Amino acid sequence: MIEIKNLHKSYKMGSNSLHVLKGINFSVEEGELVAIMGSSGSGKSTLLNILGMLDELDEGSYDLDGVPIKNLNETKAAQYRNKFLGFIFQSFNLINYKSAVENVALPLYYQKVGRKERHEKALKYLEQVGLKEWATHLPSELSGGQKQRVAIARAMAAEPKVLLADEPTGALDSKTSYEVMDLIQKINDAGNTILVVTHEPDIADMCKRIVHLKDGVIVEDKKIEQVRASQYV
Amino acid sequence: MFNKDRWKEIIEVLTSNMFRTILTAFGVFWGILILIILLAAGKGLENGIKTDFGDIATNTMFMWSQATSKEYQGLPKGRRFNFKIEDVASLWENIPNLRFISPRNQLGGFRGGNNVVRGIKVGAFNVYGDYPEIIKQDPMMITSGRFINQSDINEKRKIAIIGDGVKTALYEKDEEVLGSYIKIQGVNFMVVGTYKKKSNNGDGEEGQKEIFVPFSAFSQAFNRGNDVGWMAITAVDGASITNLKEDIISLMKTNRKIHPEDTRAIGNFDLYEQYNRVESLFVAMRLIAYFVGILVLISGIIGVSNIMLIVVKERTKEIGIRRALGEDPWSIKLQILMESIFLTIISGMAGIIMGALFIYGINTLLDSVGPVDMFLNPSVSVGVVVTALVILVVSGLLAGFIPAQSAIKVKPIDALRAE
Repeated sequence: MIEIKNLHKSYKMGSNSLHVLKGINFSVEEGELVAIMGSSGSGKSTLLNILGMLDELDEGSYDLDGVPIKNLNETKAAQYRNKFLGFIFQSFNLINYKSAVENVALPLYYQKVGRKERHEKALKYLEQVGLKEWATHLPSELSGGQKQRVAIARAMAAEPKVLLADEPTGALDSKTSYEVMDLIQKINDAGNTILVVTHEPDIADMCKRIVHLKDGVIVEDKKIEQVRASQYV
Repeated sequence: MFNKDRWKEIIEVLTSNMFRTILTAFGVFWGILILIILLAAGKGLENGIKTDFGDIATNTMFMWSQATSKEYQGLPKGRRFNFKIEDVASLWENIPNLRFISPRNQLGGFRGGNNVVRGIKVGAFNVYGDYPEIIKQDPMMITSGRFINQSDINEKRKIAIIGDGVKTALYEKDEEVLGSYIKIQGVNFMVVGTYKKKSNNGDGEEGQKEIFVPFSAFSQAFNRGNDVGWMAITAVDGASITNLKEDIISLMKTNRKIHPEDTRAIGNFDLYEQYNRVESLFVAMRLIAYFVGILVLISGIIGVSNIMLIVVKERTKEIGIRRALGEDPWSIKLQILMESIFLTIISGMAGIIMGALFIYGINTLLDSVGPVDMFLNPSVSVGVVVTALVILVVSGLLAGFIPAQSAIKVKPIDALRAE
């Protein structure tokens, strides 16, 4: 599904340049649930941004579902993001003047899906994350866990190839964290490919594979026995 | 553009900070209101002054003979001369684009002695020998009877058309005027019509004290032979009499054996030039109105642009999220532009409506206090309103352009990082 070869990325900081990713080789199969771990500054967020086409790579190649991702203009990148990727952020990033169902329907709006169909689909995904009764509420009326579940529903609404989660539990207490992870595991069970960036070992253990980044290189890449989050809920 | 979701969002964004939106809108409202009021005031002045011109065919010049100031072909200087009736034919032949030529002879005039008698009443009036076309160059309302016609000229009928002032001086009230006779310098003329002139530029009284008789009868009765004292010449619409004036006068100089460089021999008055001078004053006034109005409007527009920049700044993160979710940058740009245009148009419309109410109020006031000198019916045409709307759309575009540009310049990743 994801194929990365010899990926380099550096940032210009004044006269210095900061070499963040130093030759990453990495691939993800369909249906995997991968945790990307590393301390802060290890390059895990940069990697995720490049995977999410929010940032451009300097060197190397990136294929997503067989499509080479390079030299995209903004319009093309936006299209690919909409079609291939679903984002889940640490700070939820819901649009605060739109209701839950409108937030979930946004990616569908950008796909030019009709209003009625959009609404139905969005409701369906809200139902999957257990928030159908909250559909008309604004994000400010939801708890943190609920907001993240809305964000997950939104990420899934466009039926993307890959879900990218950047510290999805970073802003949640451990109980809600496990609920969210339980949801993510269930989505993965349904066959979706998911990448989770985290620095919490217990969250990483709930994935099926852990990739350790340190100083811009992959130091460890291992398959693990998944810990089900449902036992903590 | 006619997308319900987009409009919903525009309304949501603009109403989320109502007070700020109204303050911003006020700038544009004020600009367009000033523009409309200035244009309407200019129009009111124009209407007032144009009414003073009345219905006179403005593309007209008048010329009359004076005394020569240069010797020429053995003729002395200081010679008095007259145009001849042949000159009219010569003008028709040689000068293109003419519409009317009215030769005229005149009796009486400014501070003239009593020259008209009826029974025991006498009066001093201007008596003109005229052609029928003069009524088109110097319009008057025929209040009873008729004006001179071509067969009056052909048959040299001794008839007269008298003004209201003449009627008051020579007739008793309720006396029958038509068919009665008046004696002009000892010659009897039958009154066949009365007129009234609308023109009121200072000599309104004088204008009603005139008597018109057929040119041919005048010449015969008062021994003018073929002489012509005065001519009114009108050019066709689209050809300016001012351009033809040179040719007309030099043709007259040749015909009358006047030195080509003698500038005093032929007196003339170019109504068209005067009219154009006034007209160009109005053009200048309109330009000033647009200039001032648009400058005021611009400050309003800068306000809108400023607020849109702030809105974009506030929504940087939201824009980042939306782009991460796959919104086309163009769609974001369009959104910002439409918000800006919508805000300008709504506030501009409010300004136009307010301006219209203001003009309506002024008109009602003018109607109730009666006519004011040199000011009449201030108004703006539909054309001006359309122009104002076009200006609004364009300025809305301009106001939104820079903010929209800055909205899509932000990389989604930077936008998401902004906390």
